[in-house]
Amino acid sequence: MTEISEALSAPLEVGFDYTRSLGPVLGRFATSLRNGRITGVRGADGTVHVPALEYDPNTFQPLAELVEVGPEGSVVSWTWVPEPLEGQPLQHPFAWALVRLDGADTPMLHAVDAGSPEGMRTGMRVRPRWAAERCGSIRDIHCFEPATGPAPEAPEPGSDDAPVEVLTTPIHLHYQHTASPEESRYLRGLDEGRLLGQRCPACGKVYIPPRGACPTDGVPTEEEVELPDVGTVTTFCIVNVPFLGQRIQPPYVAAYVLLDGADIPFLHLVLGCAAEEVRMGMRVRAEWKPRAEWRTTLQNIDHFRPSGEPDAPFETYAHHL
Amino acid sequence: MTDNDVAVVGFAQAPNVRATDGTANGVEMLVPVFRQVLDETGLSKKDIGFWCSGSSDYLAGRAFSFIAAVDAIGAFPPIHESHVEMDAAWALFEAWVKLRTGEVDTALVYGFGKSSAGDLRRTLAMQLDPYFTAPLWPDSVGIAGLQARLGLESGRFTEQQMAEVAARSRANARANPHAQLSGEVSAGALLDEPYLADPLRAHDCAPITDGAAAIVLASGERARELCERPAWITGLEHRIESAHLGVRDLTSSTSTADAARAAGGAEVEVAELHAPFTHQEILLREAIGLAESARINPSGGALCGNPMFSAGLARIGEAAGRIRSGEARTALGHASSGPALQQNLVCVMEGRG
Repeated sequence: MTEISEALSAPLEVGFDYTRSLGPVLGRFATSLRNGRITGVRGADGTVHVPALEYDPNTFQPLAELVEVGPEGSVVSWTWVPEPLEGQPLQHPFAWALVRLDGADTPMLHAVDAGSPEGMRTGMRVRPRWAAERCGSIRDIHCFEPATGPAPEAPEPGSDDAPVEVLTTPIHLHYQHTASPEESRYLRGLDEGRLLGQRCPACGKVYIPPRGACPTDGVPTEEEVELPDVGTVTTFCIVNVPFLGQRIQPPYVAAYVLLDGADIPFLHLVLGCAAEEVRMGMRVRAEWKPRAEWRTTLQNIDHFRPSGEPDAPFETYAHHL
Repeated sequence: MTDNDVAVVGFAQAPNVRATDGTANGVEMLVPVFRQVLDETGLSKKDIGFWCSGSSDYLAGRAFSFIAAVDAIGAFPPIHESHVEMDAAWALFEAWVKLRTGEVDTALVYGFGKSSAGDLRRTLAMQLDPYFTAPLWPDSVGIAGLQARLGLESGRFTEQQMAEVAARSRANARANPHAQLSGEVSAGALLDEPYLADPLRAHDCAPITDGAAAIVLASGERARELCERPAWITGLEHRIESAHLGVRDLTSSTSTADAARAAGGAEVEVAELHAPFTHQEILLREAIGLAESARINPSGGALCGNPMFSAGLARIGEAAGRIRSGEARTALGHASSGPALQQNLVCVMEGRG
């Protein structure tokens, strides 16, 4: 049995861009935003929808007729946001609002910069505050603001005549990734230069890393088994293709290494010989990084290299392929 | 009754908690839940004809998290398995269809989610219209507040009624050992609290919850073998509304009304409604047309524990439990997904004999 100890966890940042083709209807809506104008699409029953929709929400007919709306409108509903979240239009307290723009029938969602909840009420008049740089995104409207005082000049359309065809939306999500209790035990072992597997109580197989559930039996692995840092190449591939972030000059070998006493191989590098010399059954030994660089990671093993022992007979790893 | 009528014959759930120390692939929550639901029905994993799950990679922060979760089954020999990126109530729908075809006579449906791994209010922006809504990062509470104010200012309900929903839910949850929130609290005291996101107070919003749940379905004779009093599904329907908030009538849940009408759910004795916000329970009761005498959310409902991707499935499991225990002859489980009740599923069940 493993002793109880706190699971390891670490921040995990997920970030990427969604790049979407807009098509003709949404593309024209986006192009008008870039020009500092808001448009809606006329639905099958004459209803004007903002933002523009490609298909009628009731009849599902394709829609094509865009009409200019606003720029002012009325608040239909609102929620106060005392503590804005990352990525929202304003980073000081604001209101989410459904705003029905003049000339539109359905409201659109955006932020209203009203200072305090006392500055908000249903029916209040608002107008867009445009972003300094516009690219065809809903964020070209920085936010809405109370329509008090003289209306500002409409923004100058940009000099770019090309229609907006693609929308790029950056996504950033933050997580705290937690390793399972079994994985945490294994990772702490690596920090000490030890390879700790665990045996499934049902099928007796030794897993490294150990598992929260044996994929064959669905029960957690339990009995700890310390494994040596020598093993057998069960299968491998020669990487010839360069890619972004590659650490090693191709060609090199990525191999499944079955540690002696384990039932599941893991993927690692085999270096220290010519790529064409690597073969199934080749015996290999871990090449550890200097002790000062050890952390809770399998990267403490820089790579495996040939141990010089005779090749393992095929039968010894045939069931682990 | 036909031989491929389908019933809920088993249900188990993990404790609803603010945060677990397990992985985001749910294995640590699912292993004991599977053990419990299989023990309860006397089945082994080899007896299950079809497995179907509901979960989300956005919630887990990793790709194919549902594949990692399959480890919890012990999928050898190979199993017949499917997945929906939705609440597992929709996985139950898929399993129900599979049973109705007669291809299998048992199915195990499960859902899991570790909401605490990320920032749930931001993560849920990923389910919005990706072109002109999601880029603003609207948060789930903010959108629910827009719906609540529309209802409040149009006179559909009051803040007092919303607080009464919260107070009743927490009182009911005292009998639910899995609930995250429970207790005796008066609506008046709740209304003395400040707004969290005007017009919503903290009690109007479901807590953030880690959890998992599983249901075993069986058809015909198999269901009668496995369970003394199966909860037979007499209607199972789901409907969806537009992805565009502005074109929806947010003061009535039309998709729930359509699903309930098709499923025949108005007359039930007990209803478990998946309402993550107090005002949504009011809209749902009205949309289904529940009788005044119907017991609503005897478990405490999602307001007392809202594990993403299993809270809807758990509503069906809880409703079925009232039939299986003999407390009720008819019951309804409801699940919702998407912003402001965009998509809704209604499962109507009855006890026989």
